[in-house]
Amino acid sequence: MGSPFDINGGACVAMVGKDCVAIACDLRLGMQALTISNNFPKIFNYAPSTYLGLTGLATDVNTVSDLFRYKVNMYRLREERHISPSDPGQPGQLIVPFICGFDSIGCIDFAKDFIVSGTASDQLFGTCEGLWEPDLGPEDLFETISQALLSAVDRDALSGWGAQVYIIEKDKVTQRLLKGRQD
Amino acid sequence: MPGFDFSNYNRNAALHARGVPLPKATSTGTTIVGCIYDNGVVIAADTRATSGPIVADKNCEKLHYIAPKIWCAGAGTAADTEFTTALISSNVELHSLSTGRDPRVITCMTMLKQHLFRYQGHIGAYLVVAGVDPTGVGLYTVHAHGSTDKLPYVTMGSGSLAAMSVFESMWQPDLNKEGAIALCSEAIKAGIFNDLGSGSNVDVCVIEKDKPTQLLRNYEKPNERGLKERNYRFPRGTTAWLNQKVISKEDMKKYVTIETLSGDDNLAAGEKMEVDV
Repeated sequence: MGSPFDINGGACVAMVGKDCVAIACDLRLGMQALTISNNFPKIFNYAPSTYLGLTGLATDVNTVSDLFRYKVNMYRLREERHISPSDPGQPGQLIVPFICGFDSIGCIDFAKDFIVSGTASDQLFGTCEGLWEPDLGPEDLFETISQALLSAVDRDALSGWGAQVYIIEKDKVTQRLLKGRQD
Repeated sequence: MPGFDFSNYNRNAALHARGVPLPKATSTGTTIVGCIYDNGVVIAADTRATSGPIVADKNCEKLHYIAPKIWCAGAGTAADTEFTTALISSNVELHSLSTGRDPRVITCMTMLKQHLFRYQGHIGAYLVVAGVDPTGVGLYTVHAHGSTDKLPYVTMGSGSLAAMSVFESMWQPDLNKEGAIALCSEAIKAGIFNDLGSGSNVDVCVIEKDKPTQLLRNYEKPNERGLKERNYRFPRGTTAWLNQKVISKEDMKKYVTIETLSGDDNLAAGEKMEVDV
Protein backbone atom coordinates (compact mmCIF):
# COMPACT_ATOMS: atom_id res chain seq x y z
CA MET A 1 0.00 0.00 0.00
CA GLY A 2 1.45 3.33 -1.06
CA SER A 3 1.05 6.78 0.39
CA PRO A 4 -2.28 8.42 -0.52
CA PHE A 5 -0.28 11.30 -1.97
CA ASP A 6 1.38 9.00 -4.55
CA ILE A 7 -1.52 6.81 -5.73
CA ASN A 8 -2.94 9.03 -8.50
CA GLY A 9 0.16 11.08 -9.34
CA GLY A 10 0.27 14.63 -10.67
CA ALA A 11 2.30 17.80 -10.49
CA CYS A 12 1.64 21.52 -10.20
CA VAL A 13 3.84 24.62 -10.32
CA ALA A 14 3.35 28.40 -10.06
CA MET A 15 5.78 31.21 -10.91
CA VAL A 16 5.96 34.97 -10.46
CA GLY A 17 6.84 37.19 -13.41
CA LYS A 18 6.84 40.92 -14.15
CA ASP A 19 3.23 42.14 -13.66
CA CYS A 20 2.03 38.57 -14.23
CA VAL A 21 1.98 35.10 -12.70
CA ALA A 22 1.75 31.65 -14.26
CA ILE A 23 0.38 28.39 -12.92
CA ALA A 24 0.66 25.02 -14.63
CA CYS A 25 -0.26 21.37 -14.02
CA ASP A 26 0.05 18.02 -15.74
CA LEU A 27 -3.04 16.11 -16.90
CA ARG A 28 -2.45 12.55 -15.69
CA LEU A 29 -4.81 10.58 -13.46
CA GLY A 30 -3.51 7.15 -12.53
CA MET A 31 -4.05 4.22 -10.21
CA GLN A 32 -0.51 3.34 -9.13
CA ALA A 33 1.29 2.58 -12.44
CA LEU A 34 -1.89 2.27 -14.54
CA THR A 35 -2.97 5.47 -16.30
CA ILE A 36 -6.74 6.02 -16.15
CA SER A 37 -7.05 9.39 -17.87
CA ASN A 38 -4.93 11.96 -19.69
CA ASN A 39 -7.45 14.75 -19.17
CA PHE A 40 -7.54 15.46 -15.45
CA PRO A 41 -6.69 19.16 -14.94
CA LYS A 42 -5.64 20.14 -11.41
CA ILE A 43 -6.02 23.92 -11.69
CA PHE A 44 -9.30 25.57 -10.68
CA ASN A 45 -10.53 29.12 -11.18
CA TYR A 46 -12.29 31.03 -8.40
CA ALA A 47 -12.24 34.71 -9.48
CA PRO A 48 -11.10 36.67 -12.54
CA SER A 49 -7.44 36.41 -11.52
CA THR A 50 -7.47 33.82 -8.74
CA TYR A 51 -6.41 30.25 -9.54
CA LEU A 52 -5.77 27.25 -7.29
CA GLY A 53 -3.75 24.15 -8.17
CA LEU A 54 -4.35 20.97 -6.17
CA THR A 55 -2.28 17.76 -6.26
CA GLY A 56 -2.42 14.55 -4.25
CA LEU A 57 -5.22 12.00 -3.90
CA ALA A 58 -7.65 12.67 -6.79
CA THR A 59 -10.76 12.21 -4.64
CA ASP A 60 -9.44 14.89 -2.29
CA VAL A 61 -8.57 17.16 -5.25
CA ASN A 62 -12.23 16.91 -6.31
CA THR A 63 -13.62 17.30 -2.78
CA VAL A 64 -11.45 20.28 -1.88
CA SER A 65 -11.98 22.08 -5.21
CA ASP A 66 -15.77 21.62 -4.95
CA LEU A 67 -15.89 22.66 -1.29
CA PHE A 68 -13.77 25.70 -2.06
CA ARG A 69 -16.01 26.63 -5.02
CA TYR A 70 -19.00 26.51 -2.66
CA LYS A 71 -17.22 28.66 -0.07
CA VAL A 72 -16.07 31.19 -2.67
CA ASN A 73 -19.59 31.44 -4.11
CA MET A 74 -21.01 32.07 -0.64
CA TYR A 75 -18.32 34.69 -0.02
CA ARG A 76 -19.15 36.47 -3.29
CA LEU A 77 -22.87 36.56 -2.49
CA ARG A 78 -22.24 37.80 1.05
CA GLU A 79 -19.57 40.40 0.27
CA GLU A 80 -20.75 41.31 -3.26
CA ARG A 81 -17.18 41.20 -4.58
CA HIS A 82 -14.72 38.64 -5.87
CA ILE A 83 -12.10 37.05 -3.66
CA SER A 84 -8.47 37.96 -4.27
CA PRO A 85 -5.47 35.65 -3.86
CA SER A 86 -4.12 37.38 -0.71
CA ASP A 87 -7.43 38.23 0.86
CA PRO A 88 -7.48 41.89 2.00
CA GLY A 89 -8.08 42.88 -1.63
CA GLN A 90 -10.22 45.97 -2.04
CA PRO A 91 -12.05 46.74 -5.28
CA GLY A 92 -9.89 48.95 -7.48
CA GLN A 93 -6.78 48.14 -5.49
CA LEU A 94 -3.43 48.00 -7.26
CA ILE A 95 -2.95 44.46 -8.55
CA VAL A 96 0.37 42.87 -7.61
CA PRO A 97 1.59 39.40 -8.59
CA PHE A 98 1.14 36.98 -5.68
CA ILE A 99 1.63 33.23 -5.27
CA CYS A 100 1.78 31.00 -2.21
CA GLY A 101 1.79 27.30 -1.38
CA PHE A 102 0.48 25.09 1.41
CA ASP A 103 1.61 21.78 2.89
CA SER A 104 -1.10 19.18 3.61
CA ILE A 105 -1.85 20.58 7.09
CA GLY A 106 -1.97 24.26 6.17
CA CYS A 107 1.50 25.74 6.65
CA ILE A 108 1.78 28.61 4.16
CA ASP A 109 4.88 29.20 2.03
CA PHE A 110 4.94 32.82 0.81
CA ALA A 111 7.42 32.59 -2.03
CA LYS A 112 8.69 35.46 -4.13
CA ASP A 113 9.79 33.15 -6.95
CA PHE A 114 7.97 29.82 -7.43
CA ILE A 115 5.84 27.17 -5.71
CA VAL A 116 5.83 23.46 -6.54
CA SER A 117 3.72 20.49 -5.45
CA GLY A 118 2.87 16.91 -6.37
CA THR A 119 4.74 13.69 -6.99
CA ALA A 120 7.28 15.54 -9.18
CA SER A 121 7.96 18.23 -6.57
CA ASP A 122 11.60 17.20 -6.10
CA GLN A 123 12.21 17.42 -9.85
CA LEU A 124 10.27 20.71 -10.06
CA PHE A 125 12.40 22.25 -7.30
CA GLY A 126 15.44 21.46 -9.43
CA THR A 127 14.13 22.73 -12.78
CA CYS A 128 12.57 25.87 -11.27
CA GLU A 129 15.68 26.73 -9.26
CA GLY A 130 17.70 26.44 -12.46
CA LEU A 131 15.39 28.11 -14.99
CA TRP A 132 13.48 30.79 -13.05
CA GLU A 133 14.73 34.35 -13.08
CA PRO A 134 13.14 37.58 -11.84
CA ASP A 135 11.03 39.93 -13.99
CA LEU A 136 10.09 37.60 -16.83
CA GLY A 137 7.34 38.99 -19.07
CA PRO A 138 4.23 36.89 -19.85
CA GLU A 139 5.62 35.32 -23.04
CA ASP A 140 9.02 34.45 -21.50
CA LEU A 141 7.36 33.25 -18.29
CA PHE A 142 5.22 30.88 -20.36
CA GLU A 143 8.30 29.29 -21.93
CA THR A 144 10.09 29.05 -18.56
CA ILE A 145 7.21 27.48 -16.60
CA SER A 146 6.34 25.12 -19.48
CA GLN A 147 9.89 23.85 -19.91
CA ALA A 148 10.35 23.54 -16.12
CA LEU A 149 7.15 21.47 -15.84
CA LEU A 150 7.73 19.31 -18.93
CA SER A 151 11.32 18.50 -17.94
CA ALA A 152 10.26 17.64 -14.39
CA VAL A 153 7.34 15.37 -15.30
CA ASP A 154 9.46 13.50 -17.86
CA ARG A 155 11.56 12.33 -14.86
CA ASP A 156 8.49 11.30 -12.83
CA ALA A 157 6.66 8.12 -13.78
CA LEU A 158 3.46 9.21 -12.03
CA SER A 159 3.09 12.62 -13.75
CA GLY A 160 2.88 13.89 -17.32
CA TRP A 161 0.57 12.95 -20.21
CA GLY A 162 0.19 16.55 -21.35
CA ALA A 163 0.00 19.79 -19.42
CA GLN A 164 -2.08 22.91 -18.98
CA VAL A 165 -0.65 26.41 -18.42
CA TYR A 166 -2.37 29.61 -17.33
CA ILE A 167 -0.64 32.97 -17.75
CA ILE A 168 -2.44 35.51 -15.58
CA GLU A 169 -1.98 39.17 -16.48
CA LYS A 170 -3.68 42.38 -15.30
CA ASP A 171 -6.52 42.31 -17.84
CA LYS A 172 -6.48 38.84 -19.37
CA VAL A 173 -5.74 35.19 -18.73
CA THR A 174 -4.29 32.90 -21.39
CA GLN A 175 -4.86 29.17 -21.07
CA ARG A 176 -2.70 26.85 -23.17
CA LEU A 177 -2.72 23.08 -23.64
CA LEU A 178 0.83 21.79 -23.99
CA LYS A 179 2.00 18.96 -26.17
CA GLY A 180 3.65 16.44 -23.87
CA ARG A 181 4.94 12.87 -23.97
CA GLN A 182 2.23 10.21 -23.72
CA ASP A 183 4.30 7.56 -21.92
CA MET B 1 -18.64 9.97 25.37
CA PRO B 2 -16.76 12.75 27.10
CA GLY B 3 -13.10 13.53 26.40
CA PHE B 4 -10.98 13.18 23.31
CA ASP B 5 -11.65 10.80 20.45
CA PHE B 6 -8.46 9.05 19.38
CA SER B 7 -10.08 6.70 16.81
CA ASN B 8 -8.54 8.55 13.87
CA TYR B 9 -5.15 8.30 15.57
CA ASN B 10 -5.64 4.56 16.07
CA ARG B 11 -6.63 4.18 12.39
CA ASN B 12 -3.51 6.07 11.29
CA ALA B 13 -1.29 3.97 13.59
CA ALA B 14 -2.80 0.77 12.15
CA LEU B 15 -2.26 1.99 8.58
CA HIS B 16 1.28 3.03 9.45
CA ALA B 17 1.98 -0.44 10.84
CA ARG B 18 0.87 -1.90 7.48
CA GLY B 19 3.40 0.24 5.64
CA VAL B 20 1.50 3.42 4.72
CA PRO B 21 3.98 6.24 5.21
CA LEU B 22 2.97 9.33 7.19
CA PRO B 23 2.29 12.46 5.09
CA LYS B 24 5.26 14.79 4.85
CA ALA B 25 4.45 17.99 6.70
CA THR B 26 6.72 20.99 6.41
CA SER B 27 8.90 20.99 9.45
CA THR B 28 11.24 23.63 10.69
CA GLY B 29 14.39 21.62 11.40
CA THR B 30 15.44 24.70 13.14
CA THR B 31 17.72 26.76 15.30
CA ILE B 32 15.90 29.15 17.64
CA VAL B 33 17.43 30.97 20.61
CA GLY B 34 16.60 33.54 23.26
CA CYS B 35 18.68 35.58 25.70
CA ILE B 36 17.78 38.15 28.35
CA TYR B 37 19.78 41.32 28.91
CA ASP B 38 19.76 44.18 31.45
CA ASN B 39 16.67 45.92 30.00
CA GLY B 40 14.81 43.32 27.94
CA VAL B 41 15.04 40.12 25.94
CA VAL B 42 16.18 39.08 22.45
CA ILE B 43 14.95 36.06 20.47
CA ALA B 44 16.31 34.92 17.11
CA ALA B 45 15.70 32.22 14.49
CA ASP B 46 17.03 30.91 11.20
CA THR B 47 14.75 30.94 8.12
CA ARG B 48 14.89 27.44 6.59
CA ALA B 49 11.80 25.19 6.32
CA THR B 50 12.28 21.57 5.27
CA SER B 51 10.13 18.69 4.04
CA GLY B 52 12.18 15.54 4.59
CA PRO B 53 15.58 16.28 3.04
CA ILE B 54 14.14 18.97 0.70
CA VAL B 55 14.41 22.68 1.54
CA ALA B 56 10.77 23.76 1.16
CA ASP B 57 11.20 27.47 1.96
CA LYS B 58 14.51 29.36 2.00
CA ASN B 59 13.23 32.43 3.81
CA CYS B 60 10.33 31.55 6.13
CA GLU B 61 9.33 33.42 9.30
CA LYS B 62 9.71 31.55 12.57
CA LEU B 63 9.23 34.53 14.89
CA HIS B 64 5.52 34.69 15.77
CA TYR B 65 3.52 37.55 17.28
CA ILE B 66 1.63 36.81 20.51
CA ALA B 67 1.14 40.32 21.90
CA PRO B 68 2.92 43.64 21.23
CA LYS B 69 5.52 42.81 23.92
CA ILE B 70 5.39 38.99 23.82
CA TRP B 71 6.86 37.09 20.88
CA CYS B 72 7.46 33.43 20.21
CA ALA B 73 10.07 31.51 18.19
CA GLY B 74 8.84 28.17 16.85
CA ALA B 75 10.52 24.87 15.92
CA GLY B 76 9.03 21.50 14.98
CA THR B 77 6.01 21.02 12.68
CA ALA B 78 5.65 24.34 10.87
CA ALA B 79 1.83 24.37 10.71
CA ASP B 80 1.58 23.46 14.42
CA THR B 81 3.84 26.34 15.54
CA GLU B 82 1.96 28.74 13.24
CA PHE B 83 -1.56 27.80 14.39
CA THR B 84 -0.77 27.20 18.08
CA THR B 85 0.81 30.65 18.43
CA ALA B 86 -2.09 32.26 16.49
CA LEU B 87 -4.63 30.58 18.80
CA ILE B 88 -2.78 31.55 21.98
CA SER B 89 -2.30 35.09 20.62
CA SER B 90 -6.10 35.41 20.27
CA ASN B 91 -6.71 34.05 23.77
CA VAL B 92 -4.03 36.31 25.26
CA GLU B 93 -5.66 39.34 23.61
CA LEU B 94 -9.12 38.38 24.95
CA HIS B 95 -7.62 37.72 28.40
CA SER B 96 -5.95 41.13 28.51
CA LEU B 97 -9.19 42.80 27.32
CA SER B 98 -11.19 41.05 30.07
CA THR B 99 -8.67 41.80 32.84
CA GLY B 100 -7.85 45.28 31.57
CA ARG B 101 -4.14 44.64 32.07
CA ASP B 102 -1.14 44.10 29.82
CA PRO B 103 -0.66 40.37 29.16
CA ARG B 104 2.09 38.54 31.07
CA VAL B 105 4.66 36.20 29.58
CA ILE B 106 3.99 33.55 32.25
CA THR B 107 0.25 33.61 31.38
CA CYS B 108 1.04 32.97 27.74
CA MET B 109 3.53 30.21 28.64
CA THR B 110 0.94 28.52 30.91
CA MET B 111 -1.75 28.66 28.21
CA LEU B 112 0.69 27.14 25.72
CA LYS B 113 1.83 24.31 28.02
CA GLN B 114 -1.72 23.39 29.05
CA HIS B 115 -2.83 23.33 25.40
CA LEU B 116 0.17 21.22 24.34
CA PHE B 117 -0.05 18.82 27.32
CA ARG B 118 -3.73 18.18 26.54
CA TYR B 119 -2.66 16.94 23.08
CA GLN B 120 0.04 14.64 24.53
CA GLY B 121 2.75 15.77 22.09
CA HIS B 122 0.68 15.22 18.93
CA ILE B 123 0.91 18.96 18.29
CA GLY B 124 4.58 19.15 17.33
CA ALA B 125 5.28 22.69 18.51
CA TYR B 126 8.57 23.46 20.26
CA LEU B 127 8.62 27.10 21.32
CA VAL B 128 10.73 29.82 22.88
CA VAL B 129 8.45 32.37 24.54
CA ALA B 130 9.89 35.77 25.37
CA GLY B 131 8.56 39.13 26.44
CA VAL B 132 8.39 42.05 28.80
CA ASP B 133 5.43 42.58 31.15
CA PRO B 134 4.65 44.57 34.34
CA THR B 135 6.45 41.90 36.41
CA GLY B 136 9.68 42.19 34.39
CA VAL B 137 11.42 40.24 31.66
CA GLY B 138 10.38 36.67 30.83
CA LEU B 139 12.11 33.96 28.78
CA TYR B 140 10.81 30.37 28.62
CA THR B 141 11.00 27.26 26.47
CA VAL B 142 7.90 25.08 25.92
CA HIS B 143 8.23 21.50 24.63
CA ALA B 144 5.57 19.71 22.56
CA HIS B 145 4.62 17.47 25.50
CA GLY B 146 4.03 20.47 27.77
CA SER B 147 7.20 20.76 29.87
CA THR B 148 8.72 24.20 30.33
CA ASP B 149 11.99 25.83 31.38
CA LYS B 150 12.91 29.30 32.64
CA LEU B 151 16.52 30.29 31.94
CA PRO B 152 18.59 33.39 31.14
CA TYR B 153 19.57 31.95 27.75
CA VAL B 154 17.84 29.17 25.83
CA THR B 155 18.09 27.27 22.53
CA MET B 156 15.72 24.86 20.77
CA GLY B 157 15.34 22.87 17.57
CA SER B 158 17.72 20.57 15.72
CA GLY B 159 20.42 23.27 15.85
CA SER B 160 20.04 23.76 19.61
CA LEU B 161 23.31 21.98 20.40
CA ALA B 162 25.32 24.12 18.00
CA ALA B 163 23.65 27.28 19.31
CA MET B 164 24.07 26.29 22.97
CA SER B 165 27.80 25.77 22.43
CA VAL B 166 28.02 29.46 21.50
CA PHE B 167 26.04 30.53 24.57
CA GLU B 168 28.04 28.29 26.92
CA SER B 169 31.34 29.71 25.68
CA MET B 170 30.42 33.37 25.15
CA TRP B 171 27.46 34.24 27.43
CA GLN B 172 28.12 36.49 30.39
CA PRO B 173 25.89 38.16 32.97
CA ASP B 174 24.93 41.84 32.56
CA LEU B 175 24.80 41.83 28.75
CA ASN B 176 23.57 45.01 27.09
CA LYS B 177 21.16 45.14 24.14
CA GLU B 178 23.84 45.18 21.42
CA GLY B 179 25.74 42.35 23.15
CA ALA B 180 22.60 40.21 23.43
CA ILE B 181 21.67 40.76 19.76
CA ALA B 182 25.21 39.89 18.63
CA LEU B 183 25.30 36.77 20.84
CA CYS B 184 21.91 35.49 19.63
CA SER B 185 22.86 36.17 16.02
CA GLU B 186 26.14 34.30 16.49
CA ALA B 187 24.28 31.35 18.05
CA ILE B 188 21.84 31.18 15.11
CA LYS B 189 24.77 31.30 12.68
CA ALA B 190 26.33 28.32 14.48
CA GLY B 191 23.07 26.47 13.77
CA ILE B 192 22.88 27.68 10.15
CA PHE B 193 26.39 26.48 9.33
CA ASN B 194 26.69 23.34 11.49
CA ASP B 195 23.15 21.92 11.49
CA LEU B 196 21.73 20.61 8.18
CA GLY B 197 18.14 21.32 9.26
CA SER B 198 18.86 25.03 9.68
CA GLY B 199 19.98 27.55 7.08
CA SER B 200 19.63 30.82 5.14
CA ASN B 201 19.17 34.04 7.16
CA VAL B 202 18.98 35.31 10.75
CA ASP B 203 15.74 36.88 12.06
CA VAL B 204 15.93 38.79 15.35
CA CYS B 205 13.26 40.24 17.65
CA VAL B 206 14.19 42.70 20.41
CA ILE B 207 11.68 43.31 23.21
CA GLU B 208 12.77 46.10 25.54
CA LYS B 209 11.15 47.68 28.61
CA ASP B 210 9.30 50.97 27.83
CA LYS B 211 10.23 50.78 24.14
CA PRO B 212 8.41 49.49 21.09
CA THR B 213 9.30 45.94 20.04
CA GLN B 214 11.66 45.68 17.07
CA LEU B 215 11.34 42.82 14.59
CA LEU B 216 14.59 42.73 12.64
CA ARG B 217 13.59 40.52 9.69
CA ASN B 218 16.69 39.15 7.89
CA TYR B 219 19.01 40.91 10.39
CA GLU B 220 21.88 39.02 8.80
CA LYS B 221 22.02 37.36 5.37
CA PRO B 222 25.13 35.17 5.41
CA ASN B 223 23.93 32.97 2.52
CA GLU B 224 22.95 35.32 -0.28
CA ARG B 225 22.67 33.66 -3.65
CA GLY B 226 25.11 34.92 -6.25
CA LEU B 227 23.84 36.37 -9.51
CA LYS B 228 23.59 33.91 -12.36
CA GLU B 229 26.50 34.35 -14.76
CA ARG B 230 24.21 33.89 -17.76
CA ASN B 231 20.52 33.38 -18.28
CA TYR B 232 18.73 30.26 -19.39
CA ARG B 233 15.83 32.03 -21.08
CA PHE B 234 14.20 29.96 -23.85
CA PRO B 235 13.57 31.54 -27.25
CA ARG B 236 9.88 32.31 -27.68
CA GLY B 237 8.11 29.48 -29.48
CA THR B 238 10.21 26.73 -27.86
CA THR B 239 7.22 25.08 -26.22
CA ALA B 240 4.77 23.35 -28.55
CA TRP B 241 1.16 23.95 -27.62
CA LEU B 242 -1.97 22.44 -29.11
CA ASN B 243 -4.56 25.12 -28.43
CA GLN B 244 -5.10 28.26 -26.42
CA LYS B 245 -7.99 30.21 -24.94
CA VAL B 246 -7.72 33.88 -24.05
CA ILE B 247 -10.06 34.92 -21.27
CA SER B 248 -10.47 38.67 -20.78
CA LYS B 249 -11.74 40.11 -17.51
CA GLU B 250 -14.97 41.17 -19.24
CA ASP B 251 -15.62 37.55 -20.31
CA MET B 252 -15.16 36.35 -16.73
CA LYS B 253 -17.68 38.83 -15.39
CA LYS B 254 -20.33 37.56 -17.84
CA TYR B 255 -20.87 34.44 -15.77
CA VAL B 256 -21.55 36.22 -12.50
CA THR B 257 -23.58 39.38 -12.19
CA ILE B 258 -24.39 41.25 -9.02
CA GLU B 259 -27.51 43.40 -9.22
CA THR B 260 -28.97 45.66 -6.60
CA LEU B 261 -32.65 45.00 -5.91
CA SER B 262 -34.99 47.91 -6.56
CA GLY B 263 -37.13 49.31 -3.75
CA ASP B 264 -40.21 47.52 -5.16
CA ASP B 265 -41.93 45.75 -2.23
CA ASN B 266 -43.27 42.98 -4.49
CA LEU B 267 -39.71 41.90 -5.30
CA ALA B 268 -39.09 40.79 -1.78
CA ALA B 269 -42.64 39.69 -1.08
CA GLY B 270 -41.72 37.00 1.42
CA GLU B 271 -43.12 36.89 4.90
CA LYS B 272 -42.39 39.85 7.09
CA MET B 273 -39.59 38.98 9.43
CA GLU B 274 -40.74 38.54 12.98
CA VAL B 275 -38.54 40.05 15.60
CA ASP B 276 -38.63 38.96 19.20
CA VAL B 277 -38.05 41.72 21.66
